[in-house]
Amino acid sequence: MSSKLLTYTLRLADDILILSQRLGEWCGHGPVLEEDIALTNRALDHLGEARNLLTYAGQVEGKGRSEDDLAYLRMERQYTNVKLVEQPNGDYAHTMVRSFLFDAYHLPLMQALTKSKDEQLAAIAGKSVKEATYHLRASSEWIIRFGDGTEESHQRAQAALEDLWTYTGELFEGDAVLEEMTSAGMAPDIASIKEAWSKTVDQVLAEATLKRPADAFMMTGGRKGLHSEHMGFILAEMQHVTRAYPGVEW
Amino acid sequence: MNAPEPITKHRILELLDYVKDPEIPAINVLELGVVRSVEVEESGKAIITITPTYTGCPAMDVMAADIKKELLEAGVPEVEVKLTLSPAWTTDWITDEGKRKLKAYGIAPPEKSADIRALTGEQPVVACPQCGSKNTVMLSLFGSTACKALWKCQDCLEPFDQFKCL
Repeated sequence: MSSKLLTYTLRLADDILILSQRLGEWCGHGPVLEEDIALTNRALDHLGEARNLLTYAGQVEGKGRSEDDLAYLRMERQYTNVKLVEQPNGDYAHTMVRSFLFDAYHLPLMQALTKSKDEQLAAIAGKSVKEATYHLRASSEWIIRFGDGTEESHQRAQAALEDLWTYTGELFEGDAVLEEMTSAGMAPDIASIKEAWSKTVDQVLAEATLKRPADAFMMTGGRKGLHSEHMGFILAEMQHVTRAYPGVEW
Repeated sequence: MNAPEPITKHRILELLDYVKDPEIPAINVLELGVVRSVEVEESGKAIITITPTYTGCPAMDVMAADIKKELLEAGVPEVEVKLTLSPAWTTDWITDEGKRKLKAYGIAPPEKSADIRALTGEQPVVACPQCGSKNTVMLSLFGSTACKALWKCQDCLEPFDQFKCL
């Protein structure tokens, strides 16, 4: 069971870590100061959750690996995040749609995880759930503002939705690890998370006058460590100080 | 020179009064509500359990270091700072004195999380900490630190931080 718990915890950690890294790229590049601050605030919240999860993953593994070892010293194929979070920031619509699609999944997931039979996962989720509520509120407001805004903002938001939709299937993929975690009461039933996600997406898109794309081909592979071409570049930037100066402290 | 004060829980709490939030130095760690327990062992070793405000709050590491420094310098022989996540911190744990000091410092204190508006996700009414006017508007859900949102007063025109309700 502990190897399943480790795999599951790393998936949660990698999703939020890579999204944090992507949002952090906006630091100093935001369209207005308030948004620059908002994106890096978000990145910081996500990083905090990633640190909690990676620390716990290291404890579950029991080989003495720290949060830093797991964040900085794993190779691309050892990362098991979904491909959605590694997609480039693009324009502001792409960044916000990516966060919205993730936030609408992250909130019900964290809510459900607070009832996990694994006490530490429940504690981490209990901490994250309050922030996740705030994140979804903020990204939903942007989706509505874009969709129901100008012709240009509407068109860009719709384009971002069409581009990123193919990455949403991966959030709800099941496999043996998830099945075992769910039947042990440690992870929620993923179908119930999808239902909550779908409802939020429909509500917000309707208010934003945006069209929900049809489910067609869905990307897969992230959970097995098979990533898009962007992942290597993300890790190169994220890990380069630790790789260049092994054992460095700051 | 006076004899060193005995290390008691009471003494530790007195010392913690001096440990400020590094990002909001107007209030201390007790007023912020992050200190969850204080234990003193027979040897005089103090075990302080703190809980993070926001998961990613960079001030937590500094607070832990500051607590250690304050206590060690006051003659506590050994200090351990433990971190706990559960139960999760809430702005309701900021003491009334803490809220008063936040306001005096120019930060609008959080409303009670049990406030019906917080539950329904409605915008709270936030009074300007400078002039007291309730004619205020939120500029951004996110402010200068993880725990704050950015507001503006429509009457005195001053921008101000609001402690987000959590």
